[in-house]
Amino acid sequence: MTPIEVNVERTAGDEGGGRRHPNTCPSCRSHFRDDELRHSLRVCAQCGHHFAVGAMERIEQMLDPGSFVEIGSELRAADPLAFVDLRPYTDRLLDAELATGLGDSLVAGSGQIVGRPTAVAVMDFAFMGGSMGSVLGERFCLAADLAVARRIPLISVTASGGARMQENILALMQMAKTVGAVDSLREVGVPYISVLAHPTTGGVIASFASLGDVVVAEPGALLSFAGPRVVEQTTGEKTAPDFGRSESNLRLGQLDAVVPRRELRGELAKLLVLFSPAEEEPTGDNEPLPQTGSDENPVDRVLGMFGLGRKRG
Amino acid sequence: MVRVSDEVRRLRKRFEARAEESQIWDAVQLARHPDRPYTLDYAERLFSDAFELRGDRAFSDDEALITMLARYHGQTVVAIGHQKGRDLAERTRRMFGMPHPEGYRKAIRAVELAERFGYPILTFVDTPGAYPGVKAEERGQAGMIARSVLAFCQASVPVVATVIGEGGSGGALAIAVADRVQMQENAIYSVISPEGCAAILWKDAGQAKKAAFAFRPTARACLDLGVIDTIVDEPGGGAHADLDASARLLDTALRQSLAEAEAIPPAQRRALRRAKFRAMGVWGVADEPTNQDF
Repeated sequence: MTPIEVNVERTAGDEGGGRRHPNTCPSCRSHFRDDELRHSLRVCAQCGHHFAVGAMERIEQMLDPGSFVEIGSELRAADPLAFVDLRPYTDRLLDAELATGLGDSLVAGSGQIVGRPTAVAVMDFAFMGGSMGSVLGERFCLAADLAVARRIPLISVTASGGARMQENILALMQMAKTVGAVDSLREVGVPYISVLAHPTTGGVIASFASLGDVVVAEPGALLSFAGPRVVEQTTGEKTAPDFGRSESNLRLGQLDAVVPRRELRGELAKLLVLFSPAEEEPTGDNEPLPQTGSDENPVDRVLGMFGLGRKRG
Repeated sequence: MVRVSDEVRRLRKRFEARAEESQIWDAVQLARHPDRPYTLDYAERLFSDAFELRGDRAFSDDEALITMLARYHGQTVVAIGHQKGRDLAERTRRMFGMPHPEGYRKAIRAVELAERFGYPILTFVDTPGAYPGVKAEERGQAGMIARSVLAFCQASVPVVATVIGEGGSGGALAIAVADRVQMQENAIYSVISPEGCAAILWKDAGQAKKAAFAFRPTARACLDLGVIDTIVDEPGGGAHADLDASARLLDTALRQSLAEAEAIPPAQRRALRRAKFRAMGVWGVADEPTNQDF
């Protein structure tokens, strides 16, 4: 007879093959209400574990309130191969849309961060594992087009298991299509900042996500071309627990920084300042900086780095 | 009452589906045939002079991917191709045609060289995929594939890619962004191997045949979806049946595609190549945009 587990927090964990509640922290097994998690930017208040964030919530966290305007929201995946595995592709799409409220795994648009305009392309892992198909490619290109047309930076946040197998070769071609979009940014000198969230793997990390002028990642994210299971099964090699994680990628020179979610908006604001033209002195002194752990305005922090404090009105 | 004409129509449809299915599986097997001609077999027959460019100038020489300066119909070209091995020793040395990041770094080096001298680039795609090992990951496999795709996007010289065997995933695409993309009749091109797809979607790698039927990695399907421009004929029985005949057929198609790529004004090549790949994909439009009230 198995002994009865009296520790409630432990039974909520996923040990022994049990299903874990989505709001239970997989590393310390603390459990949170949904509003608590939302308030903490979906970071575990006990151990700092970063939970997955949906695309719309991520946009809320990153951008100035009310500044987001979506583009390409009407695009929906077609089923060019009439693909059926254990279930038809069209069924999976329908379920994903009902579950997430999104038309596909990437949301594109524009908005502002501390008053600075930026184009954004944000992925949602909950939509078919953040897989990359034709709609993702087109929406990413629309965001890049917008960045080029308005000469504003592009920020992407990725979370993906890779290319969408149900679209096979067309999904593979989205790698070329999105890299082409990055090339169009480079051609006119528009900055591209890539934020890698857990997990960013396969075709997404092997295309646009790796090509940011600056590439940062959230802590503990799995960032690899092949996942640890594929590596072990194909090559017979053992993978270390930190295989492909943000911290080892930083050590191996594949990233510029590992940025905790609480600091992400501030760091992005700083980068938008650094990528802005020299003559354009920032205005909007009294912009508050909501929702991040830092209560210091990043504009002031950057100016402070150069000994250029601003007068407060 | 069974109407005979309906029954005949139903059976005919089923036979047609079966015929397509067996053709798909034939292609998967022929594309991986151990005697199928590889990049070096074609290089030997297509080029009058060739000098292999080895090493990525940073870490090592990846023999899964070869680059060379070569003379093709009187002009110098840069050839880039995956290379599988013929016997076990060579296969091991060449990692079965699965490059590490240094292979792609070498490819980028070759693209840059072609760009400096205005030489056209011919690529030969034949890989199960980029090598999925710990060392490859540590040295930045994903980032190097992305950079290779970007280098091919940015080239202003003519580029022709030919899938001559297995066009496996990102490891293939890394050298397959081109002004003209060709595929041999029995080559396959797909986002993942049929076995990999079956393991993930059917949760059983043994269902590879089913997966292949579902995602159709054939030249015909790629042409229909607008991913490739030309199907290159193979001799009866497949490319391995007659290497010389196979090379002659490839030569004819390659000359044609190269002439088309050379006809594009150099100043427009980068933009047109980008537009070509931008057009790839199929999607629909929802009646009512969602998330509008966000």
